[in-house]
Amino acid sequence: MTTQSTLAIEATELVKTFGETRAVDGVDLAVRGGSVYGVLGPNGAGKTTTIRMLATLLRPDSGSARVLGHDVVTEADAVRGVVSLTGQLASVDEDLTGRENLILVGRLLGVGRAEAKARATELLEAFGLADAAAKLVKNYSGGMRRRLDIAASIVVTPQLMFLDEPTTGLDPRSRNQVWDIIRALVASGTTILLCTQYLEEADQLCDGIAVIDQGKVIAEGTPGQLKASVGSGALHVRLLDPEQRPEAERTLARELVSVHLEPDPAALSAPCADTDKAARAVAELTRSGIGIASFTLGQPSLDEVFLALTGHPAEEDPLARTDAIEEEQAA
Amino acid sequence: MSAEPTTTTPEPLADETAVRKAISATPRPPRASATSAALTFGWRGMLKVKHVPEQLLDVTITPVMFVLMFTYLFGGAIAGSTGEYLQYILPGILVMSVLFTTVYSGVALNTDLTRGVVDRFRSLPIWKPAPLVGSLLGDSVRYLIAGTVIIVLGVILGFRPGAGVGGVIAALALVVVFAFGLSWVFTTLGLLLRSPNAVMNAGFMGIFPLTFLSNVFVDPDTLPAGLEAFVNVNPISILADASRGLMEGNAAASDIVIVLAVAAGLTAVFAPLTTHLYRSKA
Ligand SMILES: Nc1ncnc2c1ncn2[C@@H]1O[C@H](COP(=O)(O)OP(=O)(O)OP(=O)(O)O)[C@@H](O)[C@H]1O
Ligand SMILES: [Mg+2]
Repeated sequence: MTTQSTLAIEATELVKTFGETRAVDGVDLAVRGGSVYGVLGPNGAGKTTTIRMLATLLRPDSGSARVLGHDVVTEADAVRGVVSLTGQLASVDEDLTGRENLILVGRLLGVGRAEAKARATELLEAFGLADAAAKLVKNYSGGMRRRLDIAASIVVTPQLMFLDEPTTGLDPRSRNQVWDIIRALVASGTTILLCTQYLEEADQLCDGIAVIDQGKVIAEGTPGQLKASVGSGALHVRLLDPEQRPEAERTLARELVSVHLEPDPAALSAPCADTDKAARAVAELTRSGIGIASFTLGQPSLDEVFLALTGHPAEEDPLARTDAIEEEQAA
Repeated sequence: MSAEPTTTTPEPLADETAVRKAISATPRPPRASATSAALTFGWRGMLKVKHVPEQLLDVTITPVMFVLMFTYLFGGAIAGSTGEYLQYILPGILVMSVLFTTVYSGVALNTDLTRGVVDRFRSLPIWKPAPLVGSLLGDSVRYLIAGTVIIVLGVILGFRPGAGVGGVIAALALVVVFAFGLSWVFTTLGLLLRSPNAVMNAGFMGIFPLTFLSNVFVDPDTLPAGLEAFVNVNPISILADASRGLMEGNAAASDIVIVLAVAAGLTAVFAPLTTHLYRSKA
């Protein structure tokens, strides 16, 4: 019982199928109150479907979930009363102004007329949207739309917030703005469930991460744990002269045993956790007269984590698909 | 690591403190009542009319064309004189244009569903039918506008309602109430069909023949017997009769009761169906 009160989200064996597609195929989640929890996966992994079940928009085929102690099926209304959702398609009304959007949400949540207006003004200013307050949302940039979307989600501060790919399609600056807002929300005590395709985003913001692929959680833990579970890390070396790679490979192999040739013809890498050993290997290269452009010894990136866990890189799928489509059209 | 060029943002993201303050500011108010939620959605509908006035053009220009076309093109042939025909047809055209407008409620709902904002509405702790009831309340204002345009144009062209302004208002009110009931049929369609176009086509495929097989344009006495029987029980005929009666001051109470009953029946069946579909839509 004690775990129930400290867990903000507790999902067991959630399943949702659409015809033949098992969009979510037995997902378990345990999210601590006050934390940011990331659901990380490539296109079509089942992130949105999971979030929609937790936000009471979709009924699970089987399995159960409790959000802040309320069952998402039998106590859906109680769940709706304490969460808010920022969907993958921006959940704002394009045909209204930014200000009208915020007033609309405020009024629907029971905020009085005058107070809803005041609150809209406050949020628009806080989120850098005051100048665009009277513009129709369809004329907003992607970043402005996202910020408005998040503002709409906190007109009344929720205890828990669902964010579905909040920075997809944003430029780096807008992305940083959204990240800052998310950090401020966490600091105020809101629990956040964040879906993302960006490994860096999960690494930057999340306390815990579930990696999902084809509807299943394939790994779970803190960003650090995930990296550790994949392997200790690797030494990456980039040479000045690709011609010297075979020689460099032999030299490194003496110190580090298994050496891997990267797609970049000047780069190689070798699994290695021991800094002393890595330093010796690099020194050995220099001694043999091999010019080094750069070298790093580090924990694997989440990209590598994903590759190791699923056998395919996170971003490969959608790109491969687009390429295929383009080729088809070219033909 | 530490040299990330992050925090110099020319685009104004407010200062952190304002964000923090805005976040922490609000205690949760008591939930909005069903009425207040529905009226808020009605307000949203009004705002859309304000921001997307093209929507209103649809519902005003078409009826104007109908009045002009039927009066001057067919009036002489059907009733002997355009003036007499206008007197007969105007309440009917009022019915037709308002009922045609109801199809757009389904189209609008279908369009809404493809937008992310519906997810927000569905995740709010509000009275479940509120978004639908509210939109239809907003649409009713559009029906009123469409109706008013017809009547004003009619009066300009020489239509003289025997029962005066009161009769006209009563007729308009009755038509709008019926339209509110009928629009639930189209919102149901709007949730069942895949695209706004499909809703439009299916909607008009139903409403078009029903309107033409009514007494809106011609006196059913002139029709073959089988057709006449159908025309006489068609609710649209009864509505047209009732509004003609109200405008002339000789409405049959039974007509009004039937119209209201049909509107209530449509609402009783299709409103819960629409609400259910709206909630369960994936
Ligand atoms: N309403 C639906 N009807 C049919 N299939 C669906 C539906 N919603 C999702 N799917 C399918 O379920 C799978 C998971 O979809 P989901 O949207 O949850 O993925 P996602 O992880 O959010 O992907 P993305 O990163 O592209 O948003 C996909 O194969 C998708 O095609
Ligand atoms: Mg998604």
